[in-house]
Amino acid sequence: MTADVLLSARDAGKAFMHQGQPRWACRGVSFDLYPGEVLAVVGESGSGKSTLLRLLAARLACDQGSVHYDLRAESERDAAGLTDLAMLSEARLRWLARTDWGFVEQHARDGLRMAVSGGANVGERLMALGARHYGKLRGEALSWMQRVELDTGRIDDLPATYSGGMQQRLQIARNLVTHPRLVFMDEPTTGLDVSVQARLLDLLRELVDDLQLAAVVVTHDLAVARLLAQRMLVMKDGLVVEQGLTDRVLDDPQHPYTQLLVSSVLTP
Amino acid sequence: MMDTHYNFAFLDERTKKHIRRALLKAVAVPGYQVPFGSREMPFAYGWGTGGVQITASIIGQSDVLKVIDQGSDDTTNAVNIRRFFARTTGVKTTEKTLEATLIQTRHRIPEQPLTEAQILVYQVPMPEPLFRLEPSRAEAIKMHALTDYGLMHVRLYEDIAQMGAISHAYDYPVMVNERYLMSPSPIPKFDNPKMHMNPALQLFGAGREKRLYAVPPYTAVRSLDFEDHPFEVQHWEHACALCGADQSYLDEMIVDDAGSRLFVCSDSDYCQERREAGHVGSQQAVTLRNVLASEPASAQPPNQEAA
Repeated sequence: MTADVLLSARDAGKAFMHQGQPRWACRGVSFDLYPGEVLAVVGESGSGKSTLLRLLAARLACDQGSVHYDLRAESERDAAGLTDLAMLSEARLRWLARTDWGFVEQHARDGLRMAVSGGANVGERLMALGARHYGKLRGEALSWMQRVELDTGRIDDLPATYSGGMQQRLQIARNLVTHPRLVFMDEPTTGLDVSVQARLLDLLRELVDDLQLAAVVVTHDLAVARLLAQRMLVMKDGLVVEQGLTDRVLDDPQHPYTQLLVSSVLTP
Repeated sequence: MMDTHYNFAFLDERTKKHIRRALLKAVAVPGYQVPFGSREMPFAYGWGTGGVQITASIIGQSDVLKVIDQGSDDTTNAVNIRRFFARTTGVKTTEKTLEATLIQTRHRIPEQPLTEAQILVYQVPMPEPLFRLEPSRAEAIKMHALTDYGLMHVRLYEDIAQMGAISHAYDYPVMVNERYLMSPSPIPKFDNPKMHMNPALQLFGAGREKRLYAVPPYTAVRSLDFEDHPFEVQHWEHACALCGADQSYLDEMIVDDAGSRLFVCSDSDYCQERREAGHVGSQQAVTLRNVLASEPASAQPPNQEAA
């Protein structure tokens, strides 16, 4: 492993017990992610993509293997450098999840606080980190709303009054407000209509570029992978069947399943 | 006289010991909510069962008890609880804050500063300050454990965004000893500063929720706020009509159909003491401008332009 790897999975796997027997949702996943790199995880529904994402984001514990992340030291006594996430305390993981990471849920409702306004949603992470100046919080919320192309006049409206695409933008703003280095996205464009999808993808590509974000994007939409990601993993039945540069995998698929996946797209 | 059909202070000795043990833990960890085996009391929930159980556990024969409800000693809740303890313990009761060693309260902290010799027992309806913010109890406990209280500030932010100011007038959230977020029970935020570095021991009991917590003497209690929206207590343009006090929490009572208001101290003992000391208020109700009654001209609908 080289020194500047950001996230590294080594033989990572997760099993769920089913009638007393372990059933592997995903297993033996290994890859390295470098700063500023976007990795797409594709595969059919039930192939273990989302479970893998939750393992990487330490929302689930690995039953096999490990996930390492390049920590920035919060204080002197903290571990820094590539560290096994399983070694971290819950407090440190929470701190990590709201400073260095973002997590964009498939359904914006799961990632937003629906009972408070858009502005409060954007400011939540900052307040959790100790921001106590209302004016500055509001300024930050306004600038992020502009950045994700939300109407700043809606800052005091509840997210429930936003459209689906706007909710997804708000969720993205809420995650990026602390300038994370790594963002996990679980099907960020699924459930939006095609024109909204296109605009959201455009925005994501821009943000990833501007902020030098690394991202792991789970999607079943090969077009999303093609647009956003430099590299991709193809999963089937919990295993990674193929990985490589996106263009290589999509243009010259090696594994039969990948070939099937690529050929089943109507407009590649 | 004590009614000898009951054990002293109604509860059995083992229960009282159990509650005192929980109280010791609460005092040791200021602001932390300690679960306890709340008993059925001969009161309905909402009438102070938590406070009554604490009082029953710590009251002794030499104690002098005062009970306050909404600042007053002669409202139903206060009279009932006072009579309950007079009957089941036979201890001396009083309405004077200075004389009391044990004060059970609902909604107010006495205006008279408390001393090291006194204990203040609060009746708490909802001990969890994160209630309504975090639906999962397990998650709320974890947030307390990690001092992860950003969410409370989200709520205050939302107040300012929607209302222009932090709109909590009572049960205003506080940090105890810079560690635990605590609900101060439904006291007005006017009373929050009195909790800070108070020489008296402050105990909180929630019977229905089966939790108790404490603020030991001389403990820092800070009301949450924003740097540019600092915590403020209520102010009145008027002084008490009976005793002329302008530094106390005032109740506003409507005295006639024309909307005249009488402002009087909510702490009835404090008001009485002042009057006995010769302070006199205006004895007048004040008429407030009725914002709903407008000039007839402005009440007319604006002229519609013909299409």
